[in-house]
Amino acid sequence: MGCEIEIDQSEDMDIVLSSMWPENINEAGRQFNIERPGADQDMLEEVTINKESNIVDFKRLMELTNYSDKGNWQLANLIKNWEYRQANAVRLLREELENLSKQQEEVELKKLEILEEHRFEKDGYGGDKRPISVLDEHLKYLYQDAPRRKNDVIFRDEKIEIDAEYDSVIYWKQRSMNLEKLLEASLQREQILLGKLQESIENLERQSSPVEELSQVLMRADNFLHFVLQNAPVVIGHQDKELRYRFIFNHFPSLREEDIIGKTDVEIFKGAGVKESQDFKREVLERGLPAKREITFETELFGTKIFLIYVEPVFSKTGETIGVNYMGMEVTDQVRKREKMAKLREEMAVQKAKETELNKTIHITEESMRAKQMLATMSHEIRSPLSGVVSMAEILSHTKLDKEQRQLLNVMLSSGDLVLQLINDILDLSKVESGVMKLEATKFRPREVVKHVLQTAAASLQKLLTLEGHVADDVPVEVIGDVLRIRQILTNLVSNAIKFTHEGKVGIKIYVVPEPHSLTKQDSQKMSSDQTTDSATMGKELLMSEMEEDKVSHPDAEEPVVWIRCDVYDTGIGIPEHAMPTLFKKYMQVGADTARKYGGTGLGLAICKQLVELMGGYLTVSSKEHYGSTFTFILPYKVSLISDSSDDSDELSHTENQDFPNDGNDDDLHSGIFLFQPHTLASQRSGRIPKLSPITYGFNASQRLNGLLEDSSSPSSRITYKETSLEEDAYSAAGPMEASSDLEVSQTHSLLSNNSCSAEKNELGHSDMNNHFHPYAHSTSSSRVSENTNKTSETSVSQERYQTHEERDRASECSSSNNAEIPTAELKPKILLVEDNKIIVTVTKSLMKQLGHNVDVVNNGAEALRAVQRQSYDLILMDVCMPVMDGLQATRLIRSFEETGSWDDAVKAGIELQLPPENSSPNSQQKKPGKRIPIIAMTANALSESADDCFANGMDSFVSKPVTLQNLRQCLQQYLPE
Amino acid sequence: MLGLSVDRLRADMNRLLALLFHQGVLDEQFLQLQQLQDESSPNFVSEVVNIYFHESEKLLRNLRALLVDKEFSDYKKMGVHLNQFMGSSSSIGAKRVRNVCVAFRAASDQNNRAGCLRALELLEYEYCYLKNKLHELFQIEQQRILAAAVRYPVQQHHHQQPNNP
Repeated sequence: MGCEIEIDQSEDMDIVLSSMWPENINEAGRQFNIERPGADQDMLEEVTINKESNIVDFKRLMELTNYSDKGNWQLANLIKNWEYRQANAVRLLREELENLSKQQEEVELKKLEILEEHRFEKDGYGGDKRPISVLDEHLKYLYQDAPRRKNDVIFRDEKIEIDAEYDSVIYWKQRSMNLEKLLEASLQREQILLGKLQESIENLERQSSPVEELSQVLMRADNFLHFVLQNAPVVIGHQDKELRYRFIFNHFPSLREEDIIGKTDVEIFKGAGVKESQDFKREVLERGLPAKREITFETELFGTKIFLIYVEPVFSKTGETIGVNYMGMEVTDQVRKREKMAKLREEMAVQKAKETELNKTIHITEESMRAKQMLATMSHEIRSPLSGVVSMAEILSHTKLDKEQRQLLNVMLSSGDLVLQLINDILDLSKVESGVMKLEATKFRPREVVKHVLQTAAASLQKLLTLEGHVADDVPVEVIGDVLRIRQILTNLVSNAIKFTHEGKVGIKIYVVPEPHSLTKQDSQKMSSDQTTDSATMGKELLMSEMEEDKVSHPDAEEPVVWIRCDVYDTGIGIPEHAMPTLFKKYMQVGADTARKYGGTGLGLAICKQLVELMGGYLTVSSKEHYGSTFTFILPYKVSLISDSSDDSDELSHTENQDFPNDGNDDDLHSGIFLFQPHTLASQRSGRIPKLSPITYGFNASQRLNGLLEDSSSPSSRITYKETSLEEDAYSAAGPMEASSDLEVSQTHSLLSNNSCSAEKNELGHSDMNNHFHPYAHSTSSSRVSENTNKTSETSVSQERYQTHEERDRASECSSSNNAEIPTAELKPKILLVEDNKIIVTVTKSLMKQLGHNVDVVNNGAEALRAVQRQSYDLILMDVCMPVMDGLQATRLIRSFEETGSWDDAVKAGIELQLPPENSSPNSQQKKPGKRIPIIAMTANALSESADDCFANGMDSFVSKPVTLQNLRQCLQQYLPE
Repeated sequence: MLGLSVDRLRADMNRLLALLFHQGVLDEQFLQLQQLQDESSPNFVSEVVNIYFHESEKLLRNLRALLVDKEFSDYKKMGVHLNQFMGSSSSIGAKRVRNVCVAFRAASDQNNRAGCLRALELLEYEYCYLKNKLHELFQIEQQRILAAAVRYPVQQHHHQQPNNP
């Protein structure tokens, strides 16, 4: 039974070596236990292990193993392992020994048997052969040179076969020979076994001591540790009670062993963090509890590094701390990353906070914008219905009202005006503030603007004030700017001036000034000039950019900029010094007293200022209490190089040009002085005090006049301009009109509206530099006029209502017959219109009305006869082609009646006359039979009925259709001699 | 800003009128008509023209009825209608309609039925064109009057109209 006493390598690794790591340093680390090395022994062989990286104080290690629990335990483990293995070896050896002794016993037994047999032989033969010697020899040989064999010794019971006859000599000889051989074999085996035993013992002796074994195991663990740790950025160390290093593992050592062992941290390095780590270790040592901490080192030795340090106390068997295990891992990168992350996170948080803040601000801004928009929309929405109310009230004011009603209506109107003005102001202001207000660069004439502003102001003037305007000669004829805004500013300032001026004058002065830099300071002595200039420059930039935009669109037009100063002065109550700073603020007035006394919203000046600044100018004020104020604004304008007012001018000037077709050639272009002197106080009819409203901006006088005459829904009270210098134009005609009859009034009105263009032209054409306009209002309110207005306002109110033409027709007929009953009609010639075409009737009637005549209308020849029978006419307008009886026949019959004095022919012709023929004789007798009524044919000249036919049938003349004012007038002049 | 709409509408009107004059749809008579419109009859033109439309439609109906009767077209009656039509057209200054009427009448005088039918087609076309244009014109005019009537005109007139019944 062979047995090897080799140490099976796999066996001794059955025991799992306890990790050298502290148990709780890294939970994950537990899984990295040392493996069975049997399978991968090679792995370790390939690895070159730098053994120098750990510096060990072996004495200390001994101490540690002796005194610390951990060391003990570890040692015990190792010993146990060793003992186990030794026991195993012993057991194996014993078994072998037992085997051997058993075999020896057998051999002895055999030997005894053989000796017995030999003795018997000897006894039998007396022989003296000693086999022992042979054996001895063999044994000696065996003993001396035991061949190394495997323990595969096979024991056999061999039977000795002897051929010889029993008890013969040969037999015995043979037998002894055999036995001798057996003995020899036996001896040989014994020899071998002895050799084996010897070998075993030698082996046994060669077996390692426990220390050796232990250190081997340790070495292996150490190797593993080295292998694991060789690239890890860790430092492992053990320090004793005084925190002197007893062991350090550092893969990248920068110090030699003797520099570290036996020294403390503080003794080794210098720099930030060293002290801290030492203190930390001490703390752990004192507390007896393991702890971790991150420490930033900044040493000369290895620069700035951050270590995560784990320190655990090491206890002696008696429970005292005898040192610390220390492990550090470099985490600089991690910390940096972490810090960076933290920073980023912080930044993100800040960003987020900012965002939230911004959102909030945006929200608030939006909210306020919405509020403003809301205000604007509201104002707009309020304005629309309100303007409806006001305009209706105005229409109502033109109807026939008693005194009390009129007073009520006036209150209503002025209140409505006030609200409208307020809303307009708010709208304007919010427009400017929200930047929606867009300026338009349009060509305009400053002189015209001044004149119109003053005209409009004069129109609603209710005080004895002189309005004057001076435009200096150096002011260009045409400049480019936002004329609407400028008008608005001027109008506002002028109306303001008028409001606070009770006697004296209000005027506008315009002249060119150099580009204002130093100028502003001179002018605004009493003004807070700083804020003016500030916002003004902003506005200026705005304008400049706008100008540049313009330049882009008209690159060829390189217009020079001219600064024009505009003073609006008055001789009013003035502004107290203390009120100056708040003067241009919104909703601010000089005092509560002012508001009560003069009304107004306090928005006007604020708007003016904002507008001026929007246009890049300055608005200032100087004032002396009780003597008057002067508001001055200076604005930049581009000078229009193209002076002809042709197509390229904008819409507004276009319309102006339509109204002043020839004024481009007029002296008025350069006349710069306008004077509006007080004439009469307005009548009680115009009890309204309208603040000059922006609507007047787009209007000029003639437009306004037209508007007045054309539609009675025009709100203003009737105003005409009287010119002192008499000219043969419509205006002068309007003067005496006041005294003339009502009919003439309407006639002149119509003439006015017809000829307003030429009138304006004439007015502009006269060379007088001083045009004096006298505002006054009609105080006449005749029955006729009020009747007319009554009617027209009715119609305009019911504009949208469907009215059949029959109704209208009847209405017009009705009115014409009414008109016929007006007593003044007695003086007028009576005219009969015979016409079946309703349109022609209407037109002709209207034409005749223009010419100041009323007409009676019948629709055919037969009716004409009846009409003539009923009443005498001074003129008959007779259509030729008519149903029932045409004009020619009717004329014939009338002529026949005139000649004979009887209607017999008519009766013959089958005409049913209103009066029986016999009764008609008194009628006819009333007439002078010889009197021939002029009958004028109305022919469509393309028709076949020729002039000859007309004359042949007794007609006096003819007018060709369509009937026009001209041919009608000619005709009337010829046949109605006054 | 304010007051502009009136000017704009006025300009629109003038433009439209100019176009109609240029096309020969209208002539000076229409201007005369406009001048007849004064404060005592503020809607004179539209009143007259409305009557014209009413009458003309009646006439056109009659003319068509007369022409549709293939067997016996009463050319004399047609002539009367056409006279009427011509008279009223020339009175309001509807030049092109009037000219077509003249041609129509010439055709009817010659008992030229095909010519009459062609002329009627043309007449109807011209009449429709005129009617549309005049309607447009009156619409603008109406707006202008409204805008001028209100002292603080609003730029969007649709806001305003409901308030001015």
